[in-house]
Amino acid sequence: MELISILNLSYLVASILFIVGIKQLAHPKTATRGNLLGALGMLIAVVATLFDKAILTYDWILVGVLIGSLIGIILAIKIQMTAMPQLVAILNGFGGIASVFVAGAALQLSIPKYAFAVNYQEIVSIVFSAIVGGITFSGSFIAFGKLQGFITEKAVRYPGDQLVKILVGLTAVGLGVYGCLVPTDESIYWILSGVSLLLGVFLVIPIGGADMPVVISLLNSYSGIAASATGFVLNNNVLIIAGSLVGASGIILTQIMCKAMNRSLTNVLFGGFGAVATEMKDDGDFYSGKVKSTSAEEVAMLLDVARSVVIVPGYGMAVAQAQHTVRDLYQLLTARGIDVTFAIHPVAGRMPGHMNVLLAEADIPYDRLKEMDEINSTFENVDVVIVNGANDVTNPLAKTDPKSPIAGMPILDVGNAKTVVVIKRSLSPGFAGVPNPLFIADNCLMLFGDGKKATQEMIAALKES
Amino acid sequence: MEIFVTAVTIFVLAIFVGFEIITKIPPILHTPLMSGSNAISGITLIGALYAAGIEESNITKILGLFSVIFATINVVGGFLVTHRMLGMFKKKDAPK
Repeated sequence: MELISILNLSYLVASILFIVGIKQLAHPKTATRGNLLGALGMLIAVVATLFDKAILTYDWILVGVLIGSLIGIILAIKIQMTAMPQLVAILNGFGGIASVFVAGAALQLSIPKYAFAVNYQEIVSIVFSAIVGGITFSGSFIAFGKLQGFITEKAVRYPGDQLVKILVGLTAVGLGVYGCLVPTDESIYWILSGVSLLLGVFLVIPIGGADMPVVISLLNSYSGIAASATGFVLNNNVLIIAGSLVGASGIILTQIMCKAMNRSLTNVLFGGFGAVATEMKDDGDFYSGKVKSTSAEEVAMLLDVARSVVIVPGYGMAVAQAQHTVRDLYQLLTARGIDVTFAIHPVAGRMPGHMNVLLAEADIPYDRLKEMDEINSTFENVDVVIVNGANDVTNPLAKTDPKSPIAGMPILDVGNAKTVVVIKRSLSPGFAGVPNPLFIADNCLMLFGDGKKATQEMIAALKES
Repeated sequence: MEIFVTAVTIFVLAIFVGFEIITKIPPILHTPLMSGSNAISGITLIGALYAAGIEESNITKILGLFSVIFATINVVGGFLVTHRMLGMFKKKDAPK
């Protein structure tokens, strides 16, 4: 058999492994194997490629793989589970910039040929890689910066910002078209890449921190599309297949998240939570004199007589690194015969499913985690709800105030329970920047403090009682 | 043109396969799915290997080197961190 056929068959095997691997990610029992199958597919594709006769020298490849693996391993091992969205964002960005460089190298190789005949499939794909890859890289880094706190989490808006986006976008498209018409002018490619980087910045910077998960998921989809475009450049099926799988998965997750927040994708990309929130009235008066604050001892007394307890974890809990302490509370209450479940809002944490990962990290059994739709109708029968560091996802304004920035967002109806205890450091508004009427409800008690310390105090008080 | 049509066919079919398998994934696994599929998008590495391994000019080699580095970070970091996350889900099977 010819070498090229063996190569293509290896790519077919790799593609199958990617598809089966993603399919197995659908169940916690098979997910680990699924991920390993994906990695195996990647290994097969890489090793097969190294046997291609077009590849002559291995020194640069070896150096690159070693440096890349080292950085990758360090990042993956060192990262805190709470910082997962940031990591996904930067890894994604690296994938995007790699596509830009690969397409740039492909252009270098093709320019001498273009003097005789231009291959339009190739040049269009190269230009497309530059634009999508560039946006993915800079957009991902802005998203990373916002989540990490290097850049303001607020939506950065300025007069005429939409116009600037359109102008930069049109410049990129114009350069792209020109690059296709005059493919021998290499400098166009690099100018185009630069403009695309700029476009990524302009597109992501006006989006607020709360919307970053949607942006990351969308950029994830872009990085897949960029990889696919590179596949069109190199006429390589495994790149096309793997890229489009990722493209599809990113788009689906983006849709799921938008639905969970009851917002359209256009609204996320061009609206922005933060911008609306600044116009909201000052919440100083909103809470004054109406909030009942409580102590850990009092909550312990409530829990002592409760039969069913629901814990609502939010990002505040994650930031306080309280998931292990919450697990201790869960075990203590369960040991006393109390039915404890966790209510998970689809956008709790900072990525879909992020809260599940954090709770899994703390060894909380996943059959105790209930999705919003499943648990919402049962709150009436719950004795105590403990809201730990969650705000927007429990805010009834979403249902009552059509003008609020979170209007229409599905929420956890914790207010229907007999008693709600909210653990929060202050009355400061959440990501959406709106006050929460839940906090002044008759059945709501505020336990001011850090998510971890407050839970520890509760455990101590329970043990004493 | 023939090659292009084949490529588009493969692209479109793969998107359908993607939609079919991904819509079935439950919310508790969305984060691992995101980082796992992100690792797969590092498949650009294949292209990077060509760029770095073809004896052409120094420019293509340098571009190749950087693309190999970045794509490898994406691949290795992505698969590894997904594995780490999934390991946390797995522990749950063991009795407490």
